[in-house]
Amino acid sequence: MSAWKEFTKGFIKENPTFVLLLGMCPTLGTTTSSINGLSMGLAATVVLICSNCVISMLKNVIPDKVRIPGFIVVIASFVTVVDLVMQAYLPDLYETLGLFIPLIVVNCIILGRAEAFASKNGVLLSAADGLGIGLGFTMSLTILGSVREILGNGSVFGFQFIPENIDKILLFIMPPGAFIALGFLIAFVNHIKNRKAA
Amino acid sequence: MADKKKLESSFKNMLIVLAAISLVSALAIGFTYTKTKPAAEKVQLEKSKKALEAVLPAFEKLGDKYEAEGCRLTPAYKGEELVGTAVEAVSKKGFGGDVQILVGFDAEGRIHNTAVLSIKETPGLGSNMTNPKFKDQVNGKDPENFKLSVKKDGGDVDAITAATISSRAFLDALNKAVAAYRSGKK
Repeated sequence: MSAWKEFTKGFIKENPTFVLLLGMCPTLGTTTSSINGLSMGLAATVVLICSNCVISMLKNVIPDKVRIPGFIVVIASFVTVVDLVMQAYLPDLYETLGLFIPLIVVNCIILGRAEAFASKNGVLLSAADGLGIGLGFTMSLTILGSVREILGNGSVFGFQFIPENIDKILLFIMPPGAFIALGFLIAFVNHIKNRKAA
Repeated sequence: MADKKKLESSFKNMLIVLAAISLVSALAIGFTYTKTKPAAEKVQLEKSKKALEAVLPAFEKLGDKYEAEGCRLTPAYKGEELVGTAVEAVSKKGFGGDVQILVGFDAEGRIHNTAVLSIKETPGLGSNMTNPKFKDQVNGKDPENFKLSVKKDGGDVDAITAATISSRAFLDALNKAVAAYRSGKK
């Protein structure tokens, strides 16, 4: 078992969004544009790495029966710290993501990794796992955000390549578009995985 | 990996561990809060200063803030002459929460410019109210002879595509600002 393997599995094999289908709330909610998806993913990655490390250190100290409340307190603290830091130093980003930052607390990817991985493995492996899963999450959110921004607004990362006066498929910016785009992306990822397996 | 034995789930252990974790977390948050507070306040202050500069005609100094009709008014002076007034207004009719805007009036009572201070509208739709194409429609207009409502409601303003509710909320806040400006004019 190498840290590298734990790191890379988050991108395709155990991609949290397209394969494990975890953390759907921020996935569907924040990906109205590529930049929103990217920053949401990075914020979640920071929290994921920190909480994975701390929980892995504390794994023998926390009694089994109260491990979930213990994990939640650790995760919530890191989220609050990220929230405060963003508010002070990245005000523009904070404004766009606003509500979704506190919601990282209940992101099941983070609690899921704490429970399934960090509470059973060492600090280094847990950090690698957090980084891999986090970046896999970031990648998926950026792709989903880009697809929705391209179809719904004719731009990517704010760069407009379809003139503003041409009608775009507005549906993709709205919530139903999130479900449709996600569905097609999951189908696409499964198609690639099946071809690889065959 | 040498697997150390986990702490037993006795009442005492659970109590001590959870209390310790909570205490450390509280300390960490408190520490971050005090460290980031000055920076966060500076950001807020700069934001409000920038907004005032954006909505008002060129001014040299700001007068004391005062209240009228539940809105906050800030007069701006060039020398002794009043060149404009900025009005902060909030509408509760937004699609995703309160819409808070800042409206600058020039000395003749025309709308000089507006700025959106805080909104929680749908990104990509209602959030387009910060787009100059929408909000600059009211610039230079006199509320006396320009109807501040969307065309759907018989007004003179083109609503944001697919975001009529957000457009209405913006104009609702704007109308409150106009009312406050009229009643609070010195």
